Amino acid sequence: MNIDKIFALSLRHVYLIKGSFPRILDLIYWPTIQIFLWGFISKFFTLNSSYFENTVGIILSAAILYDFLFRSSISYNMMFLEEIWSRNFTNLFIAPIKISEIIAALTFTAIFRTLIGLVPAALLAIPLFGVSIFKIGIPLIFLLITLYIFGVTLGLLVTSGLIRFGPSFENIAWASLFFLAPLGCIYYPVEILPDWLQIIAKLLPLVHIFEEMRNVLIHDIVNYYQILKAIIISFIYFVFGIVIFYLSYEGAKNRGTLINMGE
Amino acid sequence: MKLKVQNLVKKFNSIIAVNDISFEIEKNSTLGLLGPNGCGKTTSIGMMLGLITPTSGKIYINDTCLEPKNRIELLSFMNFASPYIELPKKLSVKQNLEVYARLYGVEEIDKRVDEMVEDLNIKSFLYKKTGELSSGQKNRVSLAKSLINKPKLLFLDEPTASLDPDVGDFVREYIEKYKKNNELTILLASHNMKEVERLCNKIVMMKQGEIVDSGTCDQLIKKHGRQNLEDTFLKIARSNYEHR
Repeated sequence: MNIDKIFALSLRHVYLIKGSFPRILDLIYWPTIQIFLWGFISKFFTLNSSYFENTVGIILSAAILYDFLFRSSISYNMMFLEEIWSRNFTNLFIAPIKISEIIAALTFTAIFRTLIGLVPAALLAIPLFGVSIFKIGIPLIFLLITLYIFGVTLGLLVTSGLIRFGPSFENIAWASLFFLAPLGCIYYPVEILPDWLQIIAKLLPLVHIFEEMRNVLIHDIVNYYQILKAIIISFIYFVFGIVIFYLSYEGAKNRGTLINMGE
Repeated sequence: MKLKVQNLVKKFNSIIAVNDISFEIEKNSTLGLLGPNGCGKTTSIGMMLGLITPTSGKIYINDTCLEPKNRIELLSFMNFASPYIELPKKLSVKQNLEVYARLYGVEEIDKRVDEMVEDLNIKSFLYKKTGELSSGQKNRVSLAKSLINKPKLLFLDEPTASLDPDVGDFVREYIEKYKKNNELTILLASHNMKEVERLCNKIVMMKQGEIVDSGTCDQLIKKHGRQNLEDTFLKIARSNYEHR
């Protein structure tokens, strides 16, 4: 892989973000809205429920982590969609850049976009609701890495769909994460799900990530085995995502859709 | 760079888009790929750029067969311009040229960008967003991008489509001038017959995915008993072509 080319492709997206205030605002806007929404909902539950001592902290932390996943996947999809919308797709694919370099550039640039959205929201939660996600401590780093790998994987799968089916797949890009949210057990323990659905849910890294987050926040215990399991599952999905991306790319070359993909 | 296309076929399910075409472009010459809309020109170019996988046949670039394993290496010597593809609209012209210079591994990026800016009269809109440019300006930027890596093999798909006569003439003149001073082989797909007459050493005429005729402009005009290339094109396009 050529670092210069990965940098060049990242630079294209950095220029795009840097040159547009509405884009930066958009990146910050949604995570912040999430924090407000879930902050007030969980505050209400705290005042009217005795389930958790720290309902606000748990639900808000879950919201922040879920948003991190959401942003990382959407950032990945968005950067790919930008190429389609701007009809730059052909130019990109005839440049001497490997598919692995395109994936690497999108993966590294997505973190930049994700953090622009997440950091202000996470910081805002501290004075507003007295909730700091950083209280999770060292495990937070591993949870974020796992979420990021899985977010990028979802991005890879959606972009594979975009290559395979064209821009008409765009709606799926937006809907993909909402589809997984109920199974991810983000705001509730996995035991809430029916037994048969629990088996399916546990095949997703999300269950392990959010279970562990609650474990740390409620019991103040870190189960690194659970974290490792989440990382391994995410990584398996990531490899699967890469394989699907390559297959879609080869399929698009066979169908001739790369040459005139646009709006 | 020399380009050789050998028995190239592309089928999309039951549709034969390109049917057994073969031709060669000598180093530093310009070949015009002509034919009515939907005759397979863009599909053929797509295969030569490695964007479309041929059903069968070979493409040789300087005697090296274009394959997935050497595609990236060969692409660094090639480039493509077409009014039907664009550069990121929200980036300035300079940013776009810089990004593409990096993607093509250009050394001394600033110097090369400055050269293109100077040559193609881009300076006045260098910092403007690419999406805000007029067709003529966009066209010049697209040409600058296609020459940023000093390609040895350039594919031009209707490079002057939708341009006013003045800008169109500027582009044609620039391509002529650039070719004189640089080692460059061009494959030009165009519907502008005057442009083809002016720029091309040889012509390949396609119809329904097949090559129906080829030769120099004069040879084709004479062969079909017409006054100019436009009339020759019309005659071929409207005739009931029989298989070779």
